Amino acid sequence: MSTVAMQQRTQRLPYRKAGTYLTLALVSVLVAFPLLLALSYSFMSESEIATFPPPVLPARPTFDNYGRVLATIPIGRYLLNSFVVSSVVVIGQLVTASLAAYAFSFLVFRGRQLLFFLFLSTLMIPWEATIIPNYMTIRSLGWLDTYQGLAVPFLATAFGTFLLRQAFLQIPRELWDAARIDGATTFRFLRDVVIPLSRPALGTVAIYGFLSTYNQYFWPLLVTNQTLMRTTQVGIAQLRFEETLRWGLVMAGVIMVAAPTLALLVLGQRQLIRGLTAGAVKG
Amino acid sequence: MRWTRRDLRSLGVGLVYLAPALFIFVVFVFIPLGRTFYLSLFHTRVTGATSSFAGLDHYIDLLTSETFRSGLTATGLFAVYTVPIGIILGLVLAVLLNQRLRAINVFRTMMASTIAISAAVGALIWLLLFSPSLGLLNYVLSLVGIRGPEWLIQPTIAIIAVSITTIWLTLGTNIIVLLAGLQGIPEEIYEAARLDGARGARMFTRITVPMVSPSLFFLLVVDTIAVLQAFTQIHLLTRGGPVDATRTIVYGIYLDAFQNFQFGFASAESVVLFTLVLVLTIIQFRFVERRVHYQ
Repeated sequence: MSTVAMQQRTQRLPYRKAGTYLTLALVSVLVAFPLLLALSYSFMSESEIATFPPPVLPARPTFDNYGRVLATIPIGRYLLNSFVVSSVVVIGQLVTASLAAYAFSFLVFRGRQLLFFLFLSTLMIPWEATIIPNYMTIRSLGWLDTYQGLAVPFLATAFGTFLLRQAFLQIPRELWDAARIDGATTFRFLRDVVIPLSRPALGTVAIYGFLSTYNQYFWPLLVTNQTLMRTTQVGIAQLRFEETLRWGLVMAGVIMVAAPTLALLVLGQRQLIRGLTAGAVKG
Repeated sequence: MRWTRRDLRSLGVGLVYLAPALFIFVVFVFIPLGRTFYLSLFHTRVTGATSSFAGLDHYIDLLTSETFRSGLTATGLFAVYTVPIGIILGLVLAVLLNQRLRAINVFRTMMASTIAISAAVGALIWLLLFSPSLGLLNYVLSLVGIRGPEWLIQPTIAIIAVSITTIWLTLGTNIIVLLAGLQGIPEEIYEAARLDGARGARMFTRITVPMVSPSLFFLLVVDTIAVLQAFTQIHLLTRGGPVDATRTIVYGIYLDAFQNFQFGFASAESVVLFTLVLVLTIIQFRFVERRVHYQ
């Protein structure tokens, strides 16, 4: 069907189009409903939340819950901790994965296949299956309640290496040959040519690394005990185990913790999608 | 084949570039995996230090343990409730989103929003929805004449509550992966089918589903592995209860290692977890992938 014919067809069906939009809007709200509800509850007083039937929108919106979160838990510190750890992991992963991907794409050496397989094999090992020895390692290093304990185990990524290797392989071999003739060293070619040409893929690895580190729960729960070393996820979860559950407070905390990741979703959607679909679609 | 000096030199250069990542993997993946196997053969003290050789005792205990068997059941139920429904729901929504319309990206972002949501945030919100007195879920059910269950208190229902939360959490990923799959289907195939008189449901089952089968299969494996590893939502919703109904393998590892300090026994559970994930991955690579339709 030509574009013109398609336009004519859709123009003839304005009701159908409106119906499509209505369906999309309804389903979108339904899917995002838990999140929207959390936002709504974060503006409700505890007494309003306790009314029956359960309210959906606040009658008198209030910011009190946000103030109370700040007074109840050191959420600023939690956010700082999470940002420090996630940033360190992102930078570390970009460095280690770029170097490794470069070796797996441009350098030729015996044993390369075997080493690449070794990297990929880490994808088959669930982190939870090695969590006991890893906890012992961090404890014996004296790294409990430290940033390095939270970050160092995650400074390498097989998935990111794989993704970057795919991107590096797209770079024309001629550039490499030309650079060699010009006398560029192996490392300079990586720094001056390969890295600048691979920004989109590096962006994907960065966003993916940030989100997965920021959203971690099990590991930070194990390796932190002091309140001030808690990350956001473990920090807000503490509100659940308080003696009286104050839902407005919990939801305000939830929104404060989820806001950075939602912002990242909106800003880096394209990179995220590329990362998620890399493994699924052959092409 | 003999290694020449040049071979060794180029390997040396390669290893320099691989060294940082390799170091992390060796220290935090390969050695710990070995240590997990090692620990599973020993009795351990509360500090985690090995005390005496246990041989296969822990594995024999696992086989005879009622708790572990119910843990396998809980994990299986969790996967059965979560994975198929999550994928079907994701496919329906992806088809809905796979239209050329103005502002379609707004809807795509909204429906995919759960990819950015952490399990902790998701679990806390659903905890509110499941709440017997304040929760909206049972109120909505009561409007259509259904008396909602006590979601987190009845053992058979609690695992369903955890599954619902997990379906919601993985929905964003499922939608995005399937949407990418749908967008890879050439328009000509639909055209040809339309000319042959295919419509609606038939088009969906005969064309769409087979054409996205690589994505469906990918999600089947990835989502199942994710369920096997799920910890946060269980910790925040049910803490493995009531009466061990949501004590999955991973949650069992947590309780046995970090609450009961039986590191040897918990390591044996970890070996079982590792084996399950390994088998799933091998199935993906070797067996089923060949039967799935590829372009």
